[in-house]
Amino acid sequence: MIQLILIHFREFVREPGIIFWSIIFPIAMAWVLGIAFSRQSELAQQVVLIENSREQYPPFREFLNDSKKITKEILDENTECYEKTLVSDKLGKTIFRFISTDWDHGILLLKRGQVNLIMKEYPDSLEYFFDPINPQAKTIFIMLSSAINNQNLVYESPAISPLTQKGNRYIDFLIPGLLALGAMNSLLWGISYALIEMRSKKLMRRMVATPMKKSEFLISFFIARLLIAIIEAAILWTFAYFYFRISLQGSFLALATIFLAGNIAFSGLAILISSRTANSRIGTGLINVVTMPMMILSGIFFSYHNFPDFAIPVIQKMPLTMMADSIRAVFIEGSGITQVAGNSAILTGLGVCCFLIGLKIYKWY
Amino acid sequence: MATNPVIQIRNIKKYFRDVKAVDGIDLSIPEAEFLALLGPNGAGKTTLVEMIEGLQKPDLGEILIMNRHWKGNETYLRRHIGISLQETRFIDKLTTTEILRLFASFYGIGEKRIDEILELIRLQDKRKAYTVNLSGGQRQRLALGIALMNSPSVLLLDEPTSGLDPNSRREIWDILLNLKKNQHTTMILTTHYMEEAAFLCDKIVIMDKGKILAEGTLEELLTRNHSDEIIEFNLQGDPDTLNLNNNNWLKKINWDPDRKKVTLFVTEILLALPHILDKTSSDKYKITGLECRKMTLDDLFISLTGRRLTD
Repeated sequence: MIQLILIHFREFVREPGIIFWSIIFPIAMAWVLGIAFSRQSELAQQVVLIENSREQYPPFREFLNDSKKITKEILDENTECYEKTLVSDKLGKTIFRFISTDWDHGILLLKRGQVNLIMKEYPDSLEYFFDPINPQAKTIFIMLSSAINNQNLVYESPAISPLTQKGNRYIDFLIPGLLALGAMNSLLWGISYALIEMRSKKLMRRMVATPMKKSEFLISFFIARLLIAIIEAAILWTFAYFYFRISLQGSFLALATIFLAGNIAFSGLAILISSRTANSRIGTGLINVVTMPMMILSGIFFSYHNFPDFAIPVIQKMPLTMMADSIRAVFIEGSGITQVAGNSAILTGLGVCCFLIGLKIYKWY
Repeated sequence: MATNPVIQIRNIKKYFRDVKAVDGIDLSIPEAEFLALLGPNGAGKTTLVEMIEGLQKPDLGEILIMNRHWKGNETYLRRHIGISLQETRFIDKLTTTEILRLFASFYGIGEKRIDEILELIRLQDKRKAYTVNLSGGQRQRLALGIALMNSPSVLLLDEPTSGLDPNSRREIWDILLNLKKNQHTTMILTTHYMEEAAFLCDKIVIMDKGKILAEGTLEELLTRNHSDEIIEFNLQGDPDTLNLNNNNWLKKINWDPDRKKVTLFVTEILLALPHILDKTSSDKYKITGLECRKMTLDDLFISLTGRRLTD
């Protein structure tokens, strides 16, 4: 067993790409997303403005009074824009860039996702054109219409109490998800793909023709990959701790429990996926079929509550969702072992079942 | 039937859909015998050997190794046989020593044996080389080394020198000959190189299309019920008009239409040759590349199947 575990480690550390995929890429992703979403309000929110050449709407013109006139290249043309910055002690800085153009160009910009809203100026009013389902467009409409009509009143309302302490930021939401995602990818790709490759090289067949126990062979993959996943998670967490000041509010034992349970689940799944897969091309496809939906749906990058209500119970039962939710609960809600026990038990059970089924149906040659 | 045979194969059959890969094979191999399974690609050699190795189950028949069936004796048999598969590839980024150490751990064998194996397979200089950097011949020797790790009583090698240059092949032969001299290992070797079968093995079994066509020592195969001399030539003309069949020195005539080659199996070259030259002296025929020789295994295979071993 020790020799089997050692060969997995040797293969891992001797592969040059590992440094990038296992260490640099996850940290880079956390850094980019963390920076992007923590400074989102500083990005310019672009709005198309269809101006009225003859008469203008006074409250809007008053709103634009202290705006900056700039020229930007929009649709390959130099276009006049007004840039207005709203600064609020409570809501931070919000920049609006009004692109002065015609209706056809405005629709084109909307279709390309460069703007979410078109404003048309009349002598006595403004008309707002946007997709009412688009949350970002709705937010811009609410902010603009209140700013134009009430100036700073809403922005400085005593009713607003900003939540900016640790645990409530986007990065606090993101990092636990990335830890779970990293474990899933490390295990599914690290185990499944390696097993399929070994089978296609006939190496597995050669090993099975020795007194080596088949169960020990598969378990060695789990142990080696678990240790590697712990190292990868520790590196990401260390970075997040020092750069973003992410800290653990719950118990370390709870975190270790759910992390181990998630690893067992994904190891079992990996062994099941590789059990009858003929070659690495089919294997790659199968692994993607399992990982891609979970990556998108499991609430790693954004809450899965944005999906329709009927989908949520299904999403919540996905292994990655269970792992990410529980890790997040430990990090930012202060959960302990009792709160993660349920998901841990389900994940462990899933992993063990998949392992046993995989072992039973495994195509060794 | 040999007394106390180490390997007994009784009426083994294996089918893949409508292909009879192995179609009723009986073999009995005594201790310390080196046996070659000789045949072209698709003859069923690998399927037969994999059933002996316990990697495939026969559809019919039985296999006994050291008087044991595979069922219920897997652990025992795995400890006593060594195998080398056709085209095993190793983990690229492991060294020769690491691979040997891995397989040694399956048998509970220590470092001393690893050093012995490295010396036996002549890879001491390559002990720290990654397997991806080994040549084809070196990889085959490594595969052989793994097969010998547990000092097996039974050694099963599936085309161990396939694709190797003559020097590399010779190195593997030397290792096997040393083994034959110093151990009492029973070995089955599959090959489509007749010189390998002739050089290494005590007994040769010729297979094609899942069946045994002939078996025996080299001398037995070349003399039993067959003539042992060959006259061969390229012919321009219709071979059917040669009318050689009535001659009692002729055992068999083989015509290869692709190469336009006639192969005559004769009792005696000196008896046959004057008649052949006389027949082919007319303007209807032109012969070139006339060759007279003793029969080889390849010739025997042609006489049994109408095609070459390497086809």
